[in-house]
Amino acid sequence: MRYTPHTPSDKEQMLGTIGLNKIEDLVEHIPSSLREKARISLPEGLTEVAVKRRMASLAAKNASAQDWRFFLGGGIYHHAIPSAVDAIISRAEFATSYTPYQPEVSQGTLTAMYEFQTLICQLTGMEVANSGVYDGASAAAEAVLMARRLQDGRRRVLVSRALHPQYRSVIATYLRNLEDVELTEVPFAPSGATDAAALAKALDDQAMCVVVGYPNFFGVVEDLVPLRQACDRTGALLITVTTEPLSLALLKPPGAWGVDIAVGEGQSLGVPMTLGGPGYGFFAAQKKFVRSMPGRLVGETVDAEGRRGFVLTLSTREQHIRREKATSNICTSQSLCVLASTVFMSTLGKTGMRRLAEVNAARAHRARERLIKEAGLAPVFSGPFFNEFVLKVSGWAERRGRFISNKIVPGIALSEWYPELQDSLLICVTEMNEEEEIEQLARTFSGR
Amino acid sequence: MREPSAADDGRRSNLPLIFESGSPGRSGFFWPEEKGPSGLPAELLRDEIAGFPEMGELEVLRHFTRLSHLNFSIETEFYPLGSCTMKYNPKVNEVVARLPGFSLLHPLAPPELIPGALELLFQLEGILAEISGMDYVTLQPAAGAQGELTGLMLIRACLAERGNPRRKVIVPDTAHGTNPASSTLCGYEVIQVSSNKQGIIEPQTVEQVMDESVAALMITNPNTLGVFEKNIQAIADVVHKRGGLVYLDGANLNALMGIAKPGDMGVDVLHINLHKTFSTPHGGGGPGAGPVGVKAFLRDYLPVPRIHKNDGSYELRTNFSKTVGRVRSFFGNFGILVRAYTYIISLGSDGLEEASRMALLNANYVRKRLENTYSLASTEPSMHECVFTDRQQQKQGVSTLDIAKRLLDYGFHPPTIYFPLVVSGALMIEPTETETRETLDAFADAMLAIAREAREDSALVKTSPHTTPVGRLDEARAARKPVLRWEAKKD
Repeated sequence: MRYTPHTPSDKEQMLGTIGLNKIEDLVEHIPSSLREKARISLPEGLTEVAVKRRMASLAAKNASAQDWRFFLGGGIYHHAIPSAVDAIISRAEFATSYTPYQPEVSQGTLTAMYEFQTLICQLTGMEVANSGVYDGASAAAEAVLMARRLQDGRRRVLVSRALHPQYRSVIATYLRNLEDVELTEVPFAPSGATDAAALAKALDDQAMCVVVGYPNFFGVVEDLVPLRQACDRTGALLITVTTEPLSLALLKPPGAWGVDIAVGEGQSLGVPMTLGGPGYGFFAAQKKFVRSMPGRLVGETVDAEGRRGFVLTLSTREQHIRREKATSNICTSQSLCVLASTVFMSTLGKTGMRRLAEVNAARAHRARERLIKEAGLAPVFSGPFFNEFVLKVSGWAERRGRFISNKIVPGIALSEWYPELQDSLLICVTEMNEEEEIEQLARTFSGR
Repeated sequence: MREPSAADDGRRSNLPLIFESGSPGRSGFFWPEEKGPSGLPAELLRDEIAGFPEMGELEVLRHFTRLSHLNFSIETEFYPLGSCTMKYNPKVNEVVARLPGFSLLHPLAPPELIPGALELLFQLEGILAEISGMDYVTLQPAAGAQGELTGLMLIRACLAERGNPRRKVIVPDTAHGTNPASSTLCGYEVIQVSSNKQGIIEPQTVEQVMDESVAALMITNPNTLGVFEKNIQAIADVVHKRGGLVYLDGANLNALMGIAKPGDMGVDVLHINLHKTFSTPHGGGGPGAGPVGVKAFLRDYLPVPRIHKNDGSYELRTNFSKTVGRVRSFFGNFGILVRAYTYIISLGSDGLEEASRMALLNANYVRKRLENTYSLASTEPSMHECVFTDRQQQKQGVSTLDIAKRLLDYGFHPPTIYFPLVVSGALMIEPTETETRETLDAFADAMLAIAREAREDSALVKTSPHTTPVGRLDEARAARKPVLRWEAKKD
């Protein structure tokens, strides 16, 4: 049988040692009423060849970025990934190890996690970072829960309406059963940024935190100065959520604006899109908040001979020690994706990350200009952006088919989440969109 | 602290970090500069990322390859970590998950462009329902603990609609720490109940605390002692009679395939860890996936979007007014779901049923080989794992921690230790079905040798490990003065 190495003689000898006659004796103590109904009704197993054929035919039904032209962002980004990344994460020593509870034989994973925490601190400009959570959305929800722990007695959570709509949903789901929490959405301004005046009005001494995207869901880079000032007036914590962290190689990072908790989705840094998962959530904060943070933290220490080593630390925050009083229920996280990002950021390094970010920004800005000038699309927002932007495409529903038949997905229609943004597409341009793709995009929009 | 040295480098410990290697201006990435401004105002731009690595591609690869040599893993060592199901992670799963038709899909592409992905997800929901005996499954939760939270939310939403969400959740003292933590996150107070001397829960114990304030009982079956909760149906009756629901922590489903279905035990909601029973790699702590299965009466509360089959085609539906909402962005950990699906179609019914039986055989074999030397935590029959204590070894002053560390010298990953919490000095051994008899014998021989060493030369055991890249690390120091990131030395 596949993957079970037992020969008939193995079984016989092992049963003999145990003192049983047949395999079924092992389950004799299970109530027979349960055993009788337990047979699994599924097809027979397949050979490896047949498995590969079947899976290849399922895969072939899907439109992938290999054959299609995607101008899709909205939280998941198509970027170049050096082959070194997959080579390292495919190594069984990383892929088939467990959470590093035995540090003496897990220094590989622990060292890489420590390096990751440092890279995230450097990238976000924050003081401490954990070794990752499930995804950007749960990172945002965990950040709100952390703010709640830090702001005892306050009950209001203010979330920008320009934050990723799915992230807003997940935050709402996480909060739905907690007493004394009230979620308020803050509108966005014509620039596409959070409406600072509306925020200032909504803030009061009951507001525990303000959550904004940086860049936000519309691709707009929020001006964090007035938001920070507004928060300071009432003592609310400022939380930023970054779904495209490559932008932070170019933009002033959250830490430089005095953000309290900076979280986001890490997929864009070296993890394939994979229909949106697995990626990972990154989670950084000011150092004074470290004991309220969720998730695993790796710290430096020494062994008896003074050799440097790394261990999981401050675990008294965690569920396996603190149980119902833990800062979070998270256990298994997204370590291998975190490793992929660590290798990605190490390979690109200081200059490579900057270059890639500049190329993204330059291409996106050129593309937007062309689409406006050559294809006659109308800008929707005026705020600064990194690699995605919103344009108005009149009669989008009728024009959509033309793109699909040309194997182009030109953007994400926003009306599903924003009824007021009919015929508006969120268009993303990365280094993977070659010049001639952008040309074709403009051509298809102009109907040429 | 000692400075890293060339000699340390040779023995592959104390490697310099990525921040301590490389040279200014170096990068492993090539992309031509593109003319033209970034289009962003200067006041929004940062300076260079201070401290970021500057290494070449080979330098990076060598660094991480050397780091990998410092790890134990399933493919390099036997890894009998109880409750974690460290079975072989098949290579074909990895090959398939990397097909561009899976790995290069965008979640916000129009659903009609991903029929193969939706078909896979829809089928996997049905398969997991069949294996577990439940009616409907959601694949959205990213891991077991997120599955627990989701499951509890479903329970809460259902009870709220019946008139009262209730206040408490009953959790046995043998439960994983995630159970009480998830309960709190769902707004519930935790009532802990004690297992009996044999480590199982008795219906009377539940009856004593079960009343109209209790929303649910969370139970793990087989429990964390590897023992089947034989009273589970009677316990479920007690809970149901007072209007509560039963949640099953499916962490140990690897013991049950083709042997007993949770859906037949009175379970209303369960989660399944695909990174345990369904062979997806643990990755040093994820990514996993924690699908949740429910009985039909809970269907309308499941997270959205839900996949609907319509005349052979698949569509996403979000219009369920009773849904608890979205627990994760997009479709969950799709890449992990692809791997689990690949595993299941590789094995088929017979293979899955055989997997559980061989998991039981291996665990009982190890138990038999060790039970005269180590004390069993429970004398009830073992399922897929067995739990010992250090009671006999304590007489020589040797603890479970010492035994675990000494195992490293023998080239074995230790069992799960000091869990479940109700067993003093627990050693929880789960061999899984993918290990050979020879490997189990070698492990048992090592355990017996360590017991002998404990009697004859306890210092050897207590100062172990002796052969690992680093010795026992000072965890108290790490927690007392946390150093959580590298920083440039100030001159």
